[in-house]
Amino acid sequence: MLKLTGIGKRFGGLTALQGISFNVGKGTITGIIGPNGAGKTTLFNIATGIYPPSEGAVLLDGVDISALPPERRARLGLVRTFQNIELFGKMTVLENVMVGLHTQSSCGLFSCSFRMPWQMSEERRIREKALQWLEFTGITELADVVAGTLSFGKGRLLEIARAMALEPKLLLMDEPAAGLNSRETAELADLIKKIRDLGVTVGLVEHDMDLVMDICDALVVLNLGTMLAEGTPREIQDNPAVVTAYLGEE
Amino acid sequence: MKSDKIKFLVFCLIVLAAPVPLSQGYLTNVLVFVGINSMLALGLNLLLGYAGQISLGQAAFFGLGAYGSGVLTTHFAMNPWLAMVLVALCVALFAFAIGFPVLRLKGHYLAMATLGVGVIAHIAFNETVDLTGGPSGLSGIPNLSVGSFTFDSDIKNYYLVWSFALVVILLSLNMVNSRFGRGLRAIHDSEVAARVMGVNARLMKVQVFTLSALISALAGSLYCHVMTFISPTSFGFNISIELLTMVVIGGLGSVYGSILGALLLTLLPELLRAFQDYDIVFYGLLLVSMTIYLPGGLVRGIPALFRRVMPARSGHA
Repeated sequence: MLKLTGIGKRFGGLTALQGISFNVGKGTITGIIGPNGAGKTTLFNIATGIYPPSEGAVLLDGVDISALPPERRARLGLVRTFQNIELFGKMTVLENVMVGLHTQSSCGLFSCSFRMPWQMSEERRIREKALQWLEFTGITELADVVAGTLSFGKGRLLEIARAMALEPKLLLMDEPAAGLNSRETAELADLIKKIRDLGVTVGLVEHDMDLVMDICDALVVLNLGTMLAEGTPREIQDNPAVVTAYLGEE
Repeated sequence: MKSDKIKFLVFCLIVLAAPVPLSQGYLTNVLVFVGINSMLALGLNLLLGYAGQISLGQAAFFGLGAYGSGVLTTHFAMNPWLAMVLVALCVALFAFAIGFPVLRLKGHYLAMATLGVGVIAHIAFNETVDLTGGPSGLSGIPNLSVGSFTFDSDIKNYYLVWSFALVVILLSLNMVNSRFGRGLRAIHDSEVAARVMGVNARLMKVQVFTLSALISALAGSLYCHVMTFISPTSFGFNISIELLTMVVIGGLGSVYGSILGALLLTLLPELLRAFQDYDIVFYGLLLVSMTIYLPGGLVRGIPALFRRVMPARSGHA
């Protein structure tokens, strides 16, 4: 599904990432873990086109997307959520999800301004689909609330609903459990499994080890900008190098 | 949806009826300019209030519209309606072309670049004396006419200008509550998130910039035919700032707010005339107190004030 080959990133003289190569298998939940400053978010930003890699390539379904801007990658089915949720704060919850349906609708400036008949029916379709995604994440009752007033947990759910509205092939989640309490984290785990069951491949950066071990099919461990290990959660737990670098020495 | 339509119809009725009690007085003339300024303020608000992109060069597009129509109908004796369409298209094309490099900039840099566009246009109006008449202005611009009916009085111009304004207002209302408008507001709130959602931010910013220039150019064409005389002072930097003030006072990101702001800032100098040279003091005081106490603009501030007063009253009763 997603293939990274020899990804490197330098910010000025600082090497943030070096020689990162791995696959995110179709239909799996792949976790990217590592201590703070390991370069996880940087890797995410490269994968989604927020900035280009200094070296290496990002391939989606075998197609090199390294040079594409985020909006083009979104159209190819690569969508992400953010660590510090990036909602459209002044818009309602429903409108936020409707923006997520941008790529599945086409009315431009002209047909929107003149309210063409096909624009009206497209608008109805967008609204209905957006409501379905709110139901999927269980926040239907918040549809008309202004997104900026949501709690962190609800905001996270909205961000997932909005990302799912794009019907992505691959959903990358940057620390989805950050700032959630244990009950919310458990609900999140169920939601992520539900997303995988829809056939969406999931990649997530996460610090919550219980969550990662519970839901991930495969893990990639980063440390100081390089790949430390790769394998199933069980293999990673037993890997002495990982235990030393990440889980702490015994 | 339904209440939006009713609101617009009520607004149309108010616009239709407004000149009746004024009986062709001086105020009708002022209301013609309120209409023109409403178009200009709305054009800027689509760009600034919705998409979150500042422009300090709106007067340039206004001036290009006015001078385009003025020059074509005087020097080249072109049909004014044809000139209006042609000029609007050319200005839109111009805005589209400069939009791509200019809108790559953000914040202060975008402000400086658009300011530059405004300053260059103003210099061009002053210096191309053969075409524009330079600082002494361009006169003898014909009124608009349909067949033998000529828009030559304040009341006729009022209905002319406001029918244009109402169409622009209606189209804008449609646009902001649609896929396109949601895209703009998304860019305003978080450009990165909007792009990750597949919104082509760069193109949409240029499109709304072009639209705002097109509306300004139309307002300029109307202005030159209403005035029949134009000079560069009407299209200077201070006009761009005045438009910005209208949008901020009326309410950023509100279509009706733009009209309210245009109404207030067009009437204000007339009302303050009694204070003679001290009017600027009142003007400044108003601006300062507005931005402190009503940062959301009048359209949001008045209802909020109302809500604050009403429960207090019912509490005493």
